[in-house]
Formats: sequence, structure tokens, C-alpha cells
Amino acid sequence: MYSEATTESPETTESVTAMTTGQTDTSTQAQTAGTAEKNVKVKAENVRLWYGQTQALHDLNLDIHENEVTALIGPSGCGKSSFLRCLNRMNDLIPSVRIEGQITLDGEDIYHPDVDVVQLRSNVGMVFQKPNPFPKSIYENIAYAPRLHGIVNSRRDLDELVEHSLKRAGLWREVSDRLQTPGTALSGGQQQRLCIARAIAVNPEVILMDEPASSLDPLATATIEELIDELKDRYTIAIVTHNLQQAARVAGYTAFFHMGEIVEFNDTDTLFTNPREQKTEDYITGRYG
Amino acid sequence: MSTRRLTGSANDPHIRRRYRAEKRFKAYCIGAVGIAFAIIVAFFTDIISQGYTAFWQHQVQVTLEYNDRSARLGQFALDSDMRDIASRGATRSIPLEMEDNPDLMGTTDQRWVPVKAEIDQYLKHGHDLPAELRQQVDALADSGRIQSAFNTRFFTTGDSKLPELAGIFSAAVGTLYVLGITLVFAFPIGVMSAVYLEEFAPDNKLTQTIEVNINNLAAVPSIIFGLLGLALFINFFGVPRSSALAGGLTLGLMTLPIIIISTRAALRAVPDPIRQGAFAMGCSRWQVVRDHVLPSSLPGILTGTIIGLAQAMGETAPLIIVGMIAYIPEAPSGIFESATVLPAQVFTWASEPQQAYVEKTAAGIMVLLAVLLTLNATAVFLRRKFERRW
Repeated sequence: MYSEATTESPETTESVTAMTTGQTDTSTQAQTAGTAEKNVKVKAENVRLWYGQTQALHDLNLDIHENEVTALIGPSGCGKSSFLRCLNRMNDLIPSVRIEGQITLDGEDIYHPDVDVVQLRSNVGMVFQKPNPFPKSIYENIAYAPRLHGIVNSRRDLDELVEHSLKRAGLWREVSDRLQTPGTALSGGQQQRLCIARAIAVNPEVILMDEPASSLDPLATATIEELIDELKDRYTIAIVTHNLQQAARVAGYTAFFHMGEIVEFNDTDTLFTNPREQKTEDYITGRYG
Repeated sequence: MSTRRLTGSANDPHIRRRYRAEKRFKAYCIGAVGIAFAIIVAFFTDIISQGYTAFWQHQVQVTLEYNDRSARLGQFALDSDMRDIASRGATRSIPLEMEDNPDLMGTTDQRWVPVKAEIDQYLKHGHDLPAELRQQVDALADSGRIQSAFNTRFFTTGDSKLPELAGIFSAAVGTLYVLGITLVFAFPIGVMSAVYLEEFAPDNKLTQTIEVNINNLAAVPSIIFGLLGLALFINFFGVPRSSALAGGLTLGLMTLPIIIISTRAALRAVPDPIRQGAFAMGCSRWQVVRDHVLPSSLPGILTGTIIGLAQAMGETAPLIIVGMIAYIPEAPSGIFESATVLPAQVFTWASEPQQAYVEKTAAGIMVLLAVLLTLNATAVFLRRKFERRW
């Protein structure tokens, strides 16, 4: 099952080269995407969201394509994180939130009463802005959820899964000799990759990333971006970012949010080079936001 | 010094006065700390200077004769001139010993026994004795037949009407029983209440009311918990009066709000991203609490519990009402038996008229304080050791 484990990119330090290659990849894909539309993995239709009396999202429609990175950009408070949290129903945890509209994963309504939120969240993983490894060992951080969901049966399978997830997240080489040390003792960038490894350990289909690199230094950011680029072959990724260059580097598609609405959604190349809307142009050229 | 004159709105002409006011204020604060510290020092000096002598006890070397007369009354085992010096308690048990072991008849035994409390006080502090007795004691002391030894009896016996025999053992055992019951009763209920209120309960009028009331409970005078314990446990549930169970449950009522409040604080200190991360992994709320929140907050919960127990341990007022301030010479062997606790023992000794109980009282306080300080030090240690920085 894990035969084709992605080996770590050896030149983590030469991330600049890797980034440029990543970029050309993305743009060619964006071109092909225009002609041969990829499968829509997650589809949001007329999504409206209220925090108490305040409406935060207004009739959002967005298609997130399979095995693509979709970036959500926009000024602070525009609703991009709120929207992202709709996709794995994390907003359920806030009592005052009310959501209308429809969000489907592979054509199935994720807000349908029959949908088990636990299963949904093991299909739609999430990585947070601030790395939040559990205060447990590196091994436990990854092994926790598979064990919880009964994905693995034997100790050996679990060991294998931990190794595989860490390799996939590009962290194996750095931590293989100290799996029992606390996850919180790692550096910020390593912690974030641990969180990514933790998310992919349950083999999700979609990974949501809420500004995953905003608390990291440029080098760690580059590593994460490289990783995102590698992960998209297997997973569908939606990423919220404040960093426009990052969106341009990693995402095949980009949605521009403003005041709880999606102003423009297009393949990244078109959105950045030839935006349809004046607001988008103003934002990406740094006139506000 | 700079010769340049600074200008601007911050250039206050009263700047010197401001600095003086600051110095003055600082001096007041130092004074306050000094007074507080002096009080503590005075307190400890007083208690220790009064109490340290209780850890030593004068003994006299006597020859015990096991014969017909001493089989009837232990006092007769002693030479008549020793009967006024050796403690009655030393010979009290001789008839029983002889009944258990008839071979003793006709033998003699030389041993050290405690002297009477008045003589002990005379030797320690020079308290008054009748002239004749004083001469006798002085003679014995000069010949080396009276000596001072560490008072192990203080730690191995219960209360006694003979001050030279009184110890804190039964009170210590009673305290253990009572605290054990308090812990077993208050810890699970307190922690589970706190977990529900903090992690599960919706934020509405009902939970807010409960919250305010729990906070108020922590401030209720302890004697009122005693009344509640009397009404509820003794009168309604029929728990035996003065038993460790009655006392433990009553103190448990008192400790409950403290445990709830400190547990909630510990739970609240677990950062939300940990919960979010666990939820995003597909944990149910119970799994989030069990696997992530509780393990992280356990040191805080334990610290709060220890502090609550320490407070319960020093409590006397509610125990008066459930009948635990009493003369209990025997260590209780179960939770339904009459028991007393350390502060209650101190209270009992403090109300005794004999001079010898003064030092017993102070020594009891020292033991109580030592145990409390140990408990608090454990709490501090736990907090330091397991404190997490996020």
C-alpha cells in the first residue's frame, strides 16, 4: 500500500531552485486545466455563514479540484478561514455559528444529518496556522489518530505507517532517531511538518491548510511549500494564505475573497497576470489589504 | 551628566517630586513585606521555642518486680520511693502483662521509664516541686539514673490523660483516614464537574448560575459545612458521629469547590489549538478531553487538589460540629470508628490545664505545620516539574 513512498527531496536548502521548478509545473498544469477540466472534489454552493447575527459569508460558490492546490487569498477578516473551516465542519464547534447552502465532497452533502463528522474529518484533514503538535512524543503524534480510528491492527503496521507519514512529510530523516522525544521540542518548521504528517497518517483525501507557513521563517516556509507541491499528487489541498507569492508558487487555482464573498476564482496564472475584477487587481498589486 | 536640557511634554518640572514619591511608595512596600516577614519569624520562633522540648522526655531507671502485689496493681512493682517519680503509665500494664505471661512471676526487670510530667517540667523548665521530691529527683539526676531521651512515644501513642504519655499517633492516623475519605469523595466529583462545566456544558443561564454558586461555595465559612455535614451525613444518612467517615465527607464538601475551581483553571490553561488539532483529527469531545486535555492539565489538577487537601487538613471548625474534637486515646482502625485529627488534637491539648500540655500543644502544631509544608512543597514541586510551556 505504501510502496511508492515519496523520498525526501535531498536539497532542502536549495529550495529556491525547487520553487522555480514548482512554479513552472503549476503554470503548465493551469493551462491544461483550462482545457481538460479535472474532477471537482469539493463543491460549495451558495454557502452562507453567520456568527450570531453577523453574516460572515455571502453565497459562496467554489469548486475545489482533485489533486490540485487551491489557494484562498484575501485581506484579513474576509472569511477565507471561516470558509475553510466549513469544509471539515470545524465551525460546528462554535455554538453561535449558523451555516446555509450546500458543500459536497465527491458529490455527497457533508452537512447531511447522516454524515458522521468523525469520518468526515478523517477524510478531510487540517493543518493549522500555528503548529499544534500534541504534547506527546513524535511517534505518538502520528500514531494517535490511526489507532483511534482503527486504521492499523498490528504494532508493525503502525510503525510502518508512522515512518511512511513522516517520509511523506519530509521529516523522517530529521527525526528517525528520536521518535520518542516530545513533538513540541522540534523547531517550528519541523512541528508544522509533523502536523502535516499527522494529518496524512489517516490517509485523507483533502487537506485543508490554514496559513500553514505564516509563523515560520523563510527557509522553513520554502520546505513546506515544496512539500505541498509534492503532496498534491495524492491529495486535494485547499490553502489559506496571506502570502500572495506563496499562492502564486504553490496553487493551481486561486480564489480571491473580499468581505465574505468570492470576488474572483480562476487558475492562479490568469488570476495573477490577468485579473478580471478591479478589486482583485488592486489587492494583488498591493493597493490595499 | 548631560548638560543638554530636554524639552517636550515629558519635561515635567515636578520630576524630582515624582521620583521622591516613587521612592517613598517603594519604602512603604518594603516596610509591609518586613512586617509580614517579622510576624512569620515571631510565630515560628514562639512555636518552636515552646514546643521543641516536647520531643525530649526525661526517663528514670527503675527496677520492676513481678510479684503477687504487682499482679494486682502495677504500682507495686516499683520501690515505694520511685512511685512518686516514675509515670503511672509505665506500670499500668503490668498486671495484664503478667496475666499474658505467667512466667514473669518472681522475676525483676530493670528498665527506663518516663518520669511524671511535673518532674519532667521541673527538669526542663525548673517548675516548682515539693522540696522533698525535688531533693530526691536531684539526687537521682546526679547519680545518672534520670536522663533525657528522644521522645519516640510522642509519635507512637495516642492522647493520654497523663501528659508524659500523650502522643499524636492516633490523631495522625485519624488525619490519614479523614483525608483519604475527603480525597476519594471530592476528587472524582470535583474533577468530573469541572470537566463537564469547562469542556462540555453549553454556555447558558443555567451553567452560569451553577458557576457563580460554586465560586460562592468556596467562600462559605467552614463551620457551615460542618452544619451541613451534621444534618446530611450524621442525621440523615446515619453515619456514626465522630467517625473518620463523617469528618472526611464533611471536609470533602468543603474541598469540592476548591478542586472544581482549580481544575477548571488547569483545563482552561490547555491551549485551544490542542483541542482544535484533536478535533480536526476526528476525535470526539470525550476523546479530546481524555487523550489531550486531561493529561496536559493533570499537574495543575493535582496541585489544586493537594492545596485543597492541605486546607482541609488544617480545618477544625467543621469537625467540632461532627464530634471529632474529642479525647481519642486509641488510633482508629476503621472509618466508622471514633477518630480525631491533628488540629483537633492540638485544640484538645490547648484546653488542658496542666503545664506539660503547653509544650505538647506547640509540638503538635509543629508536626501539623511540617506536614502542611510538605504537602504544599509537593504541590509546588509538581507544578514546577510538569509545567508546560506552549
